[in-house]
Amino acid sequence: MSNDARTEIRSFITTKFPDVTFSDEEDIFALGFVNSLFAMELVMFIEKAFGTRIPNEELHLGNFRSVELMADLVRRQSAATVG
Amino acid sequence: MAMTAQTRRAPADLAEVVRFVDQEIAPHANAFEKAERIPREVLSRVAELGLWAPFLPSESGGADMDMVSLGRVHEEVGRGCSSLRSLLTVHSMVSASVHRWGDQAQQEKWLRAFAAGEKLGAFCLTEPDHSGSDSTAEGTTAVRDQDGWILDGRKKWITGGQVADVLMVFATTDSGMSTFLVEADRPGVRVTPLPHVMGTTASMLAEIEFTGVRLEPSALLGPPGWAAGTVMTNALNLGRYSVACGSLGIIRAALEACAAYTSVRTAAGVPLRDLPHVRQMMSGMVTARDAARLLCQRAGALSDEGDPATIMATWVAKYHASKAAAQAASDAVQIHGANGFSPDHQVARLYRDSKVMEVIEGSTQVQELTIAAEAYREVAQ
Repeated sequence: MSNDARTEIRSFITTKFPDVTFSDEEDIFALGFVNSLFAMELVMFIEKAFGTRIPNEELHLGNFRSVELMADLVRRQSAATVG
Repeated sequence: MAMTAQTRRAPADLAEVVRFVDQEIAPHANAFEKAERIPREVLSRVAELGLWAPFLPSESGGADMDMVSLGRVHEEVGRGCSSLRSLLTVHSMVSASVHRWGDQAQQEKWLRAFAAGEKLGAFCLTEPDHSGSDSTAEGTTAVRDQDGWILDGRKKWITGGQVADVLMVFATTDSGMSTFLVEADRPGVRVTPLPHVMGTTASMLAEIEFTGVRLEPSALLGPPGWAAGTVMTNALNLGRYSVACGSLGIIRAALEACAAYTSVRTAAGVPLRDLPHVRQMMSGMVTARDAARLLCQRAGALSDEGDPATIMATWVAKYHASKAAAQAASDAVQIHGANGFSPDHQVARLYRDSKVMEVIEGSTQVQELTIAAEAYREVAQ
């Protein structure tokens, strides 16, 4: 799941921002291309693609800084749903 | 308000909404504008028809209405009166935000009352000393104290602020921007009506001042700090969709007014409708209407699917529909000649209201920055 999630999240971002290069661990907010609209799109994308609803306590910048952190969020949410 | 959650019935179907607008709204919209308010009995009728927040889930008193259907309702209401549609817009933004971000206690406290129209919400973002396009304004602050929060600051151009019961207020906290639900009757809240505005004059705009307003910890809505931007964006996206649909309603009203007027009005013995330049403007309105409808439907359908593409689709829908509404209303005044300036005709009001659509929920110029940026990204792919 986590690797799949990484791939899908990376694909979503690079489709929107094809000129930007970044690693899965890199802080995408530090690169300066993420505005509030795209942040909302990221939230909606994760919720739709992975069939989850991100709870308020998980909705903080630390969970969205990198592809890896977003994939970790997806993994935690999936585990919580299964559990 | 008279209508209660117990007496409210299922929301009206679209045909009933059309009848409501044709019989109880559109014929009186000029009078609403002159009085600078929507009568309480009309707000109660909206509640009776179940139109305040029909998209809320049935367990919260709503009707599970999808966004495409909601857009049609706001289009119809916007066709009759943009001021009333504006009240629906901000109430929808607050209701949807509590539904999406509120905890269980907040949802139990507010959602049924919102769905029934027993409590009305207002969206408080813009400040008097900052551009409305600057959503990072820091003038209003909420400071933690041992019992919760102390809110200070001012908000301006608050639609429905004169009658709202619950204010959704954005304020700067030690975590960054955060969102609060504030009852309008709290000590320290002062509501000052803003009279004589040019458009949506009956939307009961207000400036609201918060002076040492004490709030419980439970007043905080959704996550604080960075994520509050998501709360704001989510609400504004719904507002933008509603304004797009309302703008479509304005185009239809302009078109219908012109079709009727040019069918009976003559110039040198020739019906105006037979004049080529009138037909040119009518054709423009028809095309603009159809394009706006398709764009609104696309944005609504994507929202129903939870597709993030709805955000940009909504920007595009609002951009087109608001500009087209302003053009249609301008053409409608032109077609009506001197009569177009008269309170005996509705097109002057449409003209005033349509201009507002190009300013609120993302001005045309802000939208151009966003939409053009998307175009460059598409080209780069």
